[in-house]
Amino acid sequence: MIDVAAPFLEATVRTATPLALAALGEMVAERAGVINIGVEGAIIAGAFGALVGAGAAGLGAGFALAIVAGCLVSMVFAVFVVALRADQIITGAAVTLLGLGLTGVLYRTMYGASGAALSIPTTGVLVIPVISELPWVGRALFAQPVTTYLLYALTPALAWWLYRTHAGLALRAVGESPDAARAAGVRPDRIRVAAMLFGGALAGLAGATLVLAQAGTFAEGMSAGRGFIAIAVVALGSWSPWRTLLAAVLFGAGFATQTLLQALGWDVPYQIFLALPYLLALAALAGAAGRARAPAALGRSN
Amino acid sequence: MRGPAGRRSPVHELAATVVPALALLVVLVVAILVITSLAGGYDAVAVMRAFWRGSFGSSDALLSSTLVRATPLILAGLAVAFAFRAGILNIGAEGQILAGAAAATTVALTLADRPAALVITAALVAGAAGGAAWALLPAILLRWFGVLDVISTIMMNFVALHGVGYLVRGPLQEVLGIYPQSSTLPDAVHLPMMVPGTRLHLGFALALVVSIALAVILRSTAAGFRIRVTGENPFAARIAGGIDVQRTGMRVFLMSGAIAGLAGAIEVLGVTFALYENLSPGFGYTAIAVALLGALDPVRVMLSGIFFGALEAGAGAMQRDAGVPSVLVSVIQAMIILGLLATAWWRAKRAAAPPPVPGASEGERLDEATAG
Amino acid sequence: MNAPPALTLEHITKSFGPVRALASASLEVRRGTVHAVLGENGAGKSTLMRIAFGLLRPDAGRIRVDGVMRDHASSAAAIRSGLGMVHQHFTLVPTMTVAENVALGGRGRFDMRAARRIVDQLTLDTGLVLDPGALAGALPVGAQQRLEILKALAHRAHTLILDEPTAVLSPVEADELLAWLRRFADNGGAAVLITHKLREASAIADDVTVLRHGRTVLTGAIASLTEPMLVHAMLGAPPESDVPERAASGTRPASGDIVLRADGVTVSDDRGVPRLRDVTLELHRGEIVGIAGVEGAGQRELLRALAGRLVPRSGALRLPSHIGFVPGERQRDALALDMSLSENVALRGAGARRGWMRWRAIDARTRQLMKRFDVRAGSETQSARSLSGGNQQRLVLARELDGDPPPGLLVAENPVRGLDVRAMEDVLQRLLAARDAGMCIVTHASDLDEVLAIADRLFVCFDGRLTETAVDREAAGRAMVGAT
Repeated sequence: MIDVAAPFLEATVRTATPLALAALGEMVAERAGVINIGVEGAIIAGAFGALVGAGAAGLGAGFALAIVAGCLVSMVFAVFVVALRADQIITGAAVTLLGLGLTGVLYRTMYGASGAALSIPTTGVLVIPVISELPWVGRALFAQPVTTYLLYALTPALAWWLYRTHAGLALRAVGESPDAARAAGVRPDRIRVAAMLFGGALAGLAGATLVLAQAGTFAEGMSAGRGFIAIAVVALGSWSPWRTLLAAVLFGAGFATQTLLQALGWDVPYQIFLALPYLLALAALAGAAGRARAPAALGRSN
Repeated sequence: MRGPAGRRSPVHELAATVVPALALLVVLVVAILVITSLAGGYDAVAVMRAFWRGSFGSSDALLSSTLVRATPLILAGLAVAFAFRAGILNIGAEGQILAGAAAATTVALTLADRPAALVITAALVAGAAGGAAWALLPAILLRWFGVLDVISTIMMNFVALHGVGYLVRGPLQEVLGIYPQSSTLPDAVHLPMMVPGTRLHLGFALALVVSIALAVILRSTAAGFRIRVTGENPFAARIAGGIDVQRTGMRVFLMSGAIAGLAGAIEVLGVTFALYENLSPGFGYTAIAVALLGALDPVRVMLSGIFFGALEAGAGAMQRDAGVPSVLVSVIQAMIILGLLATAWWRAKRAAAPPPVPGASEGERLDEATAG
Repeated sequence: MNAPPALTLEHITKSFGPVRALASASLEVRRGTVHAVLGENGAGKSTLMRIAFGLLRPDAGRIRVDGVMRDHASSAAAIRSGLGMVHQHFTLVPTMTVAENVALGGRGRFDMRAARRIVDQLTLDTGLVLDPGALAGALPVGAQQRLEILKALAHRAHTLILDEPTAVLSPVEADELLAWLRRFADNGGAAVLITHKLREASAIADDVTVLRHGRTVLTGAIASLTEPMLVHAMLGAPPESDVPERAASGTRPASGDIVLRADGVTVSDDRGVPRLRDVTLELHRGEIVGIAGVEGAGQRELLRALAGRLVPRSGALRLPSHIGFVPGERQRDALALDMSLSENVALRGAGARRGWMRWRAIDARTRQLMKRFDVRAGSETQSARSLSGGNQQRLVLARELDGDPPPGLLVAENPVRGLDVRAMEDVLQRLLAARDAGMCIVTHASDLDEVLAIADRLFVCFDGRLTETAVDREAAGRAMVGAT
């Protein structure tokens, strides 16, 4: 049993890592009242940035450029949503198209039409001694690329920031009632822009994870809908950091089940497990599984 | 991003607004093509020629490529536009297309040996019903649970994707059980061709019919009027018009799903002839751009669908013949949407109302007072 | 008494476009006192206080807090200089707890337990009892108001501005609040109490300032002023040109058939607070019934109930089948601004319409209405947004008065607000004509004179009750502020 369970858990965490990164960023933006369906565009931009950066100047540059690229895409979104008061959904859709299109064109133009396999430095698995020897979960949790460990640090940090600082309180208030926040001396627009940029940076890191820690190369459209999945993850995670992390793991498990079932040789339609997290999220939103309430001002640009 | 005021003569309106818009679009497309060519070191003239050849350059390109590609875009664009008109943000056309395609395939394969006209009709109806069914849950969640339409429809897209993934590997898989796709539909139940010798199927005509029907509904029926008022100003709709805004929204949501479902059914019966996982290369998302460029007006959405169909067809040829990546289309689409948003902002800014008169509303409007 | 004044406003002037809201208004609040600011609707009380609190910038004038000159560029600046404001419409985050609402706007680390302790300490210090863990939105209105005060005090406000604080409170709660304000002032605070209610002012205020038409017309210690002096200062003489001559209204006998009957009707606002209790009314054909009341006295809810747009909380209400309704916020509630005039005319009854839209007939009817009601527009196809305010209102009126047969009842909220003199006169004449043709009209206007200009009978909302008074400025004005 161990021989299928361990790879399953490992695959779960691996798949969950980029999802969780993007979802945590999106969660922060949504807590500030902004739903950014342009995350998909920021992820793919981050992936491309990672490729360019790592190819030119190594791993560090790859991660850095990924963050910059994610922020740039989010900046476009922020300008339209905050300065131009444009509809968040329509802008988000445009930003996704922009990210997917631009990276595709640039990739083909810069690396040739064939898109031949590129060799870039990748980050290997970082095995933490002793605890990675724990049965079952040891390797799944503690033999992962560096971004997974970042996630372990980021989630509690975000939870602390959101609930234990006045800035976090202000951000939550902006997402619930910008007018009330403004009356208390908070500046909603500034907070929203900051939240969107943070979301862009994490989406960029998610893209970098795909390229530098998993695929080892870039492919057009390799974000493969993860930006949209992240929005579902946030909803299933009921807009809280820890639960968003758990929700990402659940989505990851859904994907990993596919290989698990094959390994076990069971003839069960694995698509049920892929679709299940979405159905759970919908149920949670409807109030069937505890309280999952979106920020009251979510999606309103004005 | 709403339709214009008034009901000027449709022809006059089209002439007045479409021509300059089209001119601008052509300039934009040419500009992006030239910039890309220069930046990427392609031959700009060859790029342009390939683009033209693939989209409008020959009757075959127009009929077999552009209009075939335009058909699902028109229908999905109509679905999105119709929902937006009532203030419903249906981002779920993609899932509704898949649900419609799956339902149509199931019906067509089950009834395959019946009279062709019956099978085709039944499959189309099933497609519309499937799309509506896929919109039902988000509509219920929106009306009774206040769940944002955007979030729920995005999720339903993925459920549809995995649902089709299951069907083409399970109950609907082709008889050999090798490929993840359904059996191919027998020739008899394919949609008839509109022009012999081309690939232009009857679905295109259907898309035109739907577009005109929606235009008539919105312009000339009491129900359509309710939809427009609800989208324009739900407060006035409720208070001055006595309209049940929620019920109107729910009906529009289902109808929007039905139109997208029909798009999926037509794609199966007229183009792919089988159910695949990646049946839709993002029609449902492109549809947002189609709807916006068409200013949410059914007739103009039809034209904008043809424009986007040409764009995608031309881009395909451009990639084949001149080596310019076809994903450039996404950049063009994004630029069009962002340009429309910026224009809307610019217009609103120029038409900005003078400052409010004190006491112009009962009680204190702190939000207005502090926003400035 | 040597301390500098808590708040001094000197010669504040403010215009909104062509409308002058404040013309050199002044106010001086002594530390240790409760200062009542009195005035009719639109006298400029709220505008003046918003300027003091940094929500609006004055065109001219000076603000001093505790003797120090201040430039309140934002409410944050006003909060820093020691002011706190309790708005009539609360500015709470309803989904957050009491403690979080109090803490909002702070810096650095946020500790829920510390925030709760702050609330508990404030409760101890002030006697304003609140559960720090309760959700703000779930609190009853009185507690939400206490929370607003606590928020201000947590930011170390020692001068409080309260805008009509008792309008939303029950009599017992109101008494408690006023007693609390008294203690707050006695302990070295200062409070500005914006109010319509003379009783309230005389009960707890030390000083009073009366505003009329944006000017300070009276100020002094309340002990030195009598009620008639205050009433006279508030109401003044009727303004000359604001409202046209009353056209042949007055004392028509209410002899027509009964159009509407309300029996023991209680109406609540959207927060569920009952605003008018036990209203019993009979309205007849061929009369104009004016409803007067200060802002928030419940006339809005009553009119919406009479128009069939709001279900009463209790009581029996019998309405005619056809009702015309002219809402106060016409751009929001009456018109789809980006639709054509014909479409806006078609809006009436859209909910129940079946089948096809007969646009040709609707266009013809719209043209006819435009002509009859003098709606100035190039054609019926242009957008409602392109019309002036007066033409928009005439269009709404035309739509709501029209019908075959015409509606038996027309309910009109602020039918002439924001219109110029000509347009105003025109609208009033049309209402009178409709009455003479047998219609029953119920109307309210924030400006009492607009109601008096056409009303045959007059009711006043005060303190949750509806009472009939003479159609007379003095009588109505006194009833609106609870003077006897």
